[in-house]
Amino acid sequence: METPVSTAVSTPDARVTVRCTYREAMRAAIREAMHRDPRVFLMGEDVGRYGGSFAVSMGLLAEFGPERIRDTPLSESAFVGAGIGAALVGMRPIVEIMTVNFSLLALDQILNNAATLSHMSGGQFSVPLVIRMTTGAGRQLAAQHSHSLEGWYAHIPGLKVLTPATLEDARGMLWTALEDPDPVLIFENGVLYNMEGDLPDDAGPVEISHAAVRRHGDDLTLITYGGTLPKTLEAAERLAKEDIDCEVIDLRTLRPLDTDAIVTSVSRTTRAVVVDEGWRSGSISAEVSARIVEGAFYRLDSPVLRVCTAEVPIPYAKHLEDAALPQVETIMAAVRQSVASDG
Amino acid sequence: MSDVARAGSIEPGSGQLTADVDATHGLDLYRRMQLIRRFEERVYLHYLQGELPGTLHQSQGQEAVAVGICDALRPTDWITSTHRPHGHALAKGVDLRAAMAELYGKATGCCGGKGGSMHLGDPSVGMLPAIAIVGGGNTVVTGLGLAFKLMRTDQVAVCFFGEGASNEGAFHEGLNFAAVQHLPIVFACENNLYGASTPFHQVSLVPDVATRAVAYGVRGEIVDGMDVLAVREAAGRAVAEARAGAGPVLLECKTYRFAGHSRGDVKGYRSREEEVLWKERDPIVRLRARLAATLDAGVLDDMDAQVEAALDDAIEFARQSPLPRAEDALTDAYATVISGGSAS
Ligand SMILES: Cc1ncc(C[n+]2csc(CCOP(=O)(O)OP(=O)(O)O)c2C)c(N)n1
Repeated sequence: METPVSTAVSTPDARVTVRCTYREAMRAAIREAMHRDPRVFLMGEDVGRYGGSFAVSMGLLAEFGPERIRDTPLSESAFVGAGIGAALVGMRPIVEIMTVNFSLLALDQILNNAATLSHMSGGQFSVPLVIRMTTGAGRQLAAQHSHSLEGWYAHIPGLKVLTPATLEDARGMLWTALEDPDPVLIFENGVLYNMEGDLPDDAGPVEISHAAVRRHGDDLTLITYGGTLPKTLEAAERLAKEDIDCEVIDLRTLRPLDTDAIVTSVSRTTRAVVVDEGWRSGSISAEVSARIVEGAFYRLDSPVLRVCTAEVPIPYAKHLEDAALPQVETIMAAVRQSVASDG
Repeated sequence: MSDVARAGSIEPGSGQLTADVDATHGLDLYRRMQLIRRFEERVYLHYLQGELPGTLHQSQGQEAVAVGICDALRPTDWITSTHRPHGHALAKGVDLRAAMAELYGKATGCCGGKGGSMHLGDPSVGMLPAIAIVGGGNTVVTGLGLAFKLMRTDQVAVCFFGEGASNEGAFHEGLNFAAVQHLPIVFACENNLYGASTPFHQVSLVPDVATRAVAYGVRGEIVDGMDVLAVREAAGRAVAEARAGAGPVLLECKTYRFAGHSRGDVKGYRSREEEVLWKERDPIVRLRARLAATLDAGVLDDMDAQVEAALDDAIEFARQSPLPRAEDALTDAYATVISGGSAS
């Protein structure tokens, strides 16, 4: 049972911070939710004794007991359906699906039930369900454990889709999601779990309807979310040394999309590169590009460019996987191309 | 239920282990089980040393299931496999070097380095790329069976899956679909008691997966999955039935995985007593004891040495093999080359 409170330090501005990982921040969020609201429970494969396949719920079984930390059969369709049912009648379930690839066994439940019940019942029902799942590649787990399908889920009205990419969001999005009356999907990119940093020890719930500017800049807007945020920030820092000053927007929420934040930034910088670990065709990056065109077309000095995952299932061998994914270098190249072109 | 004792009724020293299996054949079963055992142990070592990436699901303890069942198949028969496919692949005849190179992510691997440990397969020996979505094979296999039936071949397909998978809808849908059409399929459940950390008794009130056959009107059978001769015999029956159009059959093999579920599993969810109990049923030790009644110990030791040499060779081959080219990441998503930008 780890808590992110062991190494509290005082920063110069006197805010007390704790050193912790993304995984620990997520765990702290679950723990907080369990303490705050007796209707909250966690359910999924191996979340109890095993502590979750990515060790997010490690220790929670001992703390909260098997009634509230529930190991389920290998039955994604059944336990997501159960989450929907429990939410319909007043509970606040957190359902964990091991990875986004396995969520496809529950896609029928998510799309045909969770996302529709409010609307088709004329607002008589709502589904205050939170589904957490791991997404993304970079761990050499090949083509059935590595995809980034959050953009797909963002296609579906009735759902909210969150992609925490910072410790603050890992810590803060869950409670806000649980308070939301609608089904919320939280995508945790697997490469982020070990990301370590300082989190204010009073960190708590965060709002979930706005994008955030993670780096201010004047020359170009980089728009990304989730697992590619660290790569995008690194690209921006390296480009600063080439005198290209990028703004970096972290979408945070893919549905509803914060169009204002995107359009405002791009209107000012006049250039945009969208970075997306999903595939390019029909992707969230396509949606973001379209919104830029709809909202800032006359402000653009160059075409909107995209850096996405190659349109192949994720391969296993390291350099093949690397070649398929957005990388700092490919992001930098796209930015240079955009800046070099003057419409 | 299979009569496990029957396999033991033939006199030691007669050169005959069961009605179907003589000592030479038994030695071959031993070699293949030993190959799987040592493959798993050696790749895990290299994994721990950082030489192999990703994750590994090992099958030590379960060798008798893979070998006993594949031994009852013809080269033209097919299998589907799971996230734990090394044993199935080696038992069905995937080339040892190609399997090893695949784990190393090399161009010479059976999937060209694109699939890795969880997706071993080779059409030339009748193995679909292993499907790592639990229950994924249980529906796909019905298509194999259907095709064999429509094409009027007498091929059989075996679907390997874990007891954990029997809670997925796909298990039930696949079994029923195959049943009503009498498809030539053997559903081979490797009941190793745990789905990852979760014991089967916690997720099923029916202790035996084979019982579920009743719900679909097919024959279910339980066999000692730690006894390769018993598995071979039960599989022989099941495969014969399937081939004759009297299938499908649900064959449950009671077994145990000696190692953790995947990398880094410290097995905190099961007791050391239980592990010791199952280790005492080690299928390789048991067969070796049976063979020792008719064969010289030297013959068995020689066989062990041959297995080790084959693994040395395969590991060396994998190490020396070239990596795929980075641009190979972009090939094979379609069987034909897609021109224009839309595929990338
Ligand atoms: C649909 C799906 N859900 C979850 C997983 C993660 N997972 C991989 S193996 C496994 C346990 C499978 O248990 P079982 O079917 O008994 O096979 P065993 O691992 O024992 O061979 C789990 C939960 C997965 N691969 N696919």
